[in-house]
Amino acid sequence: MWNAFFHRADYLAIKPEVLLTMFGLAVLLFDFLLEKRDKYLNAVLALIGLGFAAVQLGMFWPLLVGQLPYSGFGGTFTLDTFAVLAKLIIVLATAIVVLLSMKYLEIEGAHLGEYYALLLLSAVGMMFLVSGSDLIVLFIALELMALCEYVLTGFLRVNRKSNEAAVKFFLLGAFSSGLLLYGMSLLYGIGGSTKLSIIAQRLAERPSPDPLSWVAMITLLAGIFFKIAAVPFHQWTPDVYEGAPTSITAFISVAPKVASFAFFIRILIAALWPMRAEWQVLTIGVSIATMTLGNLAAITQTNIKRFFGYSTISHVGYLLLGLVAAADGNREGLTAIVIYLLVYAFMNLGAFSVVIVMRRKDLIGDEIDDLAGLMARAPGLAILMLIFLLSLAGIPPTAGFIGKYFIFLSLIETGHYYLAVLAVVYAVVALYYYFRIVVAMFMKKAPDTVPLATGPGVTVALGVAVAMTLLIGIYPQPFIMMAREAVRPFFS
Amino acid sequence: MVPLSHYLALSVILFVLGAAGFILRRNVISVFMCIELMLNAVNVAFMAFSRFLGTLDGQLFVFFVIVVAAAEAAVGLAIIIAVYRNRESLNIEDLDSMKM
Repeated sequence: MWNAFFHRADYLAIKPEVLLTMFGLAVLLFDFLLEKRDKYLNAVLALIGLGFAAVQLGMFWPLLVGQLPYSGFGGTFTLDTFAVLAKLIIVLATAIVVLLSMKYLEIEGAHLGEYYALLLLSAVGMMFLVSGSDLIVLFIALELMALCEYVLTGFLRVNRKSNEAAVKFFLLGAFSSGLLLYGMSLLYGIGGSTKLSIIAQRLAERPSPDPLSWVAMITLLAGIFFKIAAVPFHQWTPDVYEGAPTSITAFISVAPKVASFAFFIRILIAALWPMRAEWQVLTIGVSIATMTLGNLAAITQTNIKRFFGYSTISHVGYLLLGLVAAADGNREGLTAIVIYLLVYAFMNLGAFSVVIVMRRKDLIGDEIDDLAGLMARAPGLAILMLIFLLSLAGIPPTAGFIGKYFIFLSLIETGHYYLAVLAVVYAVVALYYYFRIVVAMFMKKAPDTVPLATGPGVTVALGVAVAMTLLIGIYPQPFIMMAREAVRPFFS
Repeated sequence: MVPLSHYLALSVILFVLGAAGFILRRNVISVFMCIELMLNAVNVAFMAFSRFLGTLDGQLFVFFVIVVAAAEAAVGLAIIIAVYRNRESLNIEDLDSMKM
């Protein structure tokens, strides 16, 4: 019976996760050996670990293209092209966040090894979340991801806002885990197993719609809506974004979104597919509410981190539209989500890189007015920010346009014209509020002449982000092919 | 034998009590305890299903939920202590330094 636990291939399949865990623990130990001024070496070690994980994931990709998914550990862990692509985005996003953090943490006076260890462990949780095909694995992975995020949000211990954000994030996150778990217990009751594939079989055998499966689906989805910050479970987002250290705001606006969406897609397609008519209705309602609130609330914000909180909510609304199309069996809907997540990761991290540079000795730099006159002071940065904002608004030839284009296309293909029209209208609203920042940067006078907090880490991060934003926008073909390949396992 | 529906009813009652407490309570520690109550309601449901379905997955899940709840308590209480040090209050209403 031991053979069932010791397949060598199973352990090879989790090699990236194992590597990252080892490097996370190594950072904790390594931290003790370092002098205060050498703390940046922690970040270097974390980057090496992320590099190894990325290379390993890159080696998985050609093995899985066109193949059946690899199912390991008794069917609890699935490695398919979808999981590998999502993990690659997560690892790259984490690496960019590590680059952003080096200078920023020094300024905040919180340059500690735990920070990088928690980032890596959170990434490990996300990677298991993306691959899990068993409720137990999914739950543990989700909690690993979330617990690390709570600590990172409250990382600036003496900062009132950081604490408050952490406690709000923690309470609402734990509450949402409770809801999610309740849904999982009912799904287990329906399926008689914690494996997603068996649950899907049992759901298909039941006469639909019966109350138990309705309650199971709604509580489960409510828990997930919390994690992805969809209305009406979005309240934590603006507060957490404002209070968390800016580098962590960048992190939680991207990596957990990618992981939670991958988890969401896998639950919906692999377990709840027999109930697609029901969750489609729910998703339509939530996506309309999410787009409306996110876009309208962003207009009036003055704090740039809060502003990006609402902007994230509006992007979540667009992403949910892809699921609406996917419920009709439309492949392009899921392809659109994958492309959008890829694009969103780079443009959002890019925008946050510019915000992080604004943090100087006595200046928090998180008001929109702090960006005023950036064009006169640092033209390069201002133009980069302009590119990221255009991309977030979805203007060609930036990557954001490709993401939105595929979402709209999938909606039109499945006949949801009214949703497509609504999404386009809100894209125009988005253009207006993103241009408020552009106006501040290009038209207003600079309030002070304190030098900006640039450093090698931020420069590299900005370079990667802008390169990807423009590359995906101008030459999207290979990325579209990758996304199509990634969603293939769900439809075969 | 006690039928499954009784256990599920107990689980629903505990869960709703926890959720109501989460919304109504004003002390951060009480709110956190209400969340623990919700998790335990889920454990009851898992145990009942496991017993009546005759599979062990549910009981395994309960162990993991207990472990995660313990980890959550460690992280949560640490965060709550940090908040208390900063503002000498555990009332949720006082957590209002960020408003639109």
